Amino acid sequence: MAYDKFTVLRDTAVPLPTENVDTDQIIPARFLKATEREGFGDNLFRDWRYDVEGNPKQDFVLNDDTYSGKILVAGKNFGSGSSREHAVWAIYDYGFRCVVSSFFADIFKNNCLNIGVLPVTVSAEFADKLFAAITADPKTEIEVSLPEQKITLLSTGESESFDINEYKKSNMKNGFDDIDYLLNMSSEIEAFAANR
Amino acid sequence: MEKTTLFDKIWDSHVVKSVPAGPDVFFIDKHFIHEVTSPVAFLNLEKRGISVKYPHRTIATPDHNVPTVDQDQTIKDKLSRMQVEKLRENCKKYGIELHDLGSAHHGIVHVIGPELGVTQPGMTIVCGDSHTSTHGAFGAIAFGIGTSEVEMVLATQCIMQSKPKKMRISVEGELGKGVTSKDIILYIISKISAAGATGYFVEYAGSAIRNLSMEARMTICNMSIEMGARGGLIAPDETTFDYLKGKQYAPAGEAWDEAVAHWKMLKTDDGATFDKEYHYDAADIEPMITYGTNPGMGIKVVENIPTTEGMEGSNKTSYLKSLNYMGFAPGESVKGKQVDYVFVGSCTNGRIEDIRSVAEFVKGKRKADNITAWIVPGSREVEKQAHEEGLVKILEEAGFVLRQPGCSACLAMNDDKIPAGKLAVSTSNRNFEGRQGPGARTMLASPLTVAAVAVTGKITDPREVLEN
Repeated sequence: MAYDKFTVLRDTAVPLPTENVDTDQIIPARFLKATEREGFGDNLFRDWRYDVEGNPKQDFVLNDDTYSGKILVAGKNFGSGSSREHAVWAIYDYGFRCVVSSFFADIFKNNCLNIGVLPVTVSAEFADKLFAAITADPKTEIEVSLPEQKITLLSTGESESFDINEYKKSNMKNGFDDIDYLLNMSSEIEAFAANR
Repeated sequence: MEKTTLFDKIWDSHVVKSVPAGPDVFFIDKHFIHEVTSPVAFLNLEKRGISVKYPHRTIATPDHNVPTVDQDQTIKDKLSRMQVEKLRENCKKYGIELHDLGSAHHGIVHVIGPELGVTQPGMTIVCGDSHTSTHGAFGAIAFGIGTSEVEMVLATQCIMQSKPKKMRISVEGELGKGVTSKDIILYIISKISAAGATGYFVEYAGSAIRNLSMEARMTICNMSIEMGARGGLIAPDETTFDYLKGKQYAPAGEAWDEAVAHWKMLKTDDGATFDKEYHYDAADIEPMITYGTNPGMGIKVVENIPTTEGMEGSNKTSYLKSLNYMGFAPGESVKGKQVDYVFVGSCTNGRIEDIRSVAEFVKGKRKADNITAWIVPGSREVEKQAHEEGLVKILEEAGFVLRQPGCSACLAMNDDKIPAGKLAVSTSNRNFEGRQGPGARTMLASPLTVAAVAVTGKITDPREVLEN
């Protein structure tokens, strides 16, 4: 499905410096029993966010009103484990449009790009600067520019460029997805399939 | 001529087109689907008004959320039942082969694919499940995909993929007594870390790998994702061909000879280069167990949990958070810790060889009273074979019960959940927080080590029991 276009996002951010956050933490398996894509945001980080009785755990960042915004700044090796796209659906449904980390798991990153959540890989040093700035002032704004492939910490003006291939960049800017592309080349695919 | 790797040969022969400054349009030979990651893909096909392009290239089975008892009855959990019914409906609508609950070849996708002979050398195979890497054991490029990609495969038989980098991991020498392929892979991941192979596709090589059975090779390739790799593969050889010969979907007669002749060419050329190489000595590997909340946090059963020496910042915080969840302290030994549950099963270790090794180990012994044991076959075929070989009888005499096939307590989507706070030693693939149930604590190990834990009731090196 075509998704929201992404060009420039300027917003505050939510910090989650924990390393190796796997997709079972992002959305536990017992919440995958849906046949539609909506509503996963309620269970984003379910077991870190709520206790067994369903009460919000006050020490978890999503329950802390101090922090808000469409940008999630996450620790190293974010999104490891299961290929469940539900993890990205939950992130999207909660309201995030961009995840920043010094290291993403491979399938998770692909899944982000496929539904229009921009994964931004920064250096470990820049990630540390972001964590420090957000913690010091939760109103700190970050600007993520897809056309310029640049992320800027607006309070200090410090910025870093990030990688994304031209094809995916163009898709995200225009809100296209891979199926639109693949359906347009069906005769080439048919010719290829005929020989296999 | 250019020297290429096995991975290059298979990958390059499946590229329909390379997008300039973008990914490859990558053709998929076989596609497995299950009830959890496919419904939204089918729903989106409907929304777009398109159909399944090549239904014969997709095979379905419900495995993730199914109960492992009373499979002949209607699934009690409403949401699980709806997902399974949706899968049936979609398969019927689009003409996709379904191995339904209770049918002769029902089971975990990554167990039934090889059993049916669907999985073959040189193929590209995907499934909306990260352990699709299992099929790499046959010399195939196999990896997990997200639901958007499931939709792409259903609609066009292609996905858009950038070619990963290449890594080779060689293990040479002979494995010691009581050391299994699960120990090899847990050892490798403990060395490389849970993220150490991210961005790579791995080829496993060396004499220790070549000497493994197909089941044991599948265990290794299965856990490639646990070090971040998209997948892992092993060059096909006589062991592969022997396994496949006579399987339902394997070529037969003249076609078999032609296929084998082709498959024999599927190997890395001498002198081909990899982006990264690791070498390990099989003699250094001992029974392994994990102590933390990612599969890279593994030690030999006889070793102590690492201290925080040399760690700082978020690295140290994350490490202590993990140990805190497990209820373990840095520097302590895991041996002798009292265990509550054992789980034998999953796409990692739910095959006949695994059930066999557990049965042989517990023969004439008794399950410890403090242990609740769940032994779950990977498929109906495994279940049937376990009965035929008399393994079920041996297990029952030792106080164990064989359940019905499914993913079960590996990810606890069905009722097989380890209760909060309880400690489980499991043959599955992930020890993430809450993976086996909210608050459950998981230690990963081989079927042999799990069997040793089951009879002693505590963390035990299986070699100690074998020696007695």
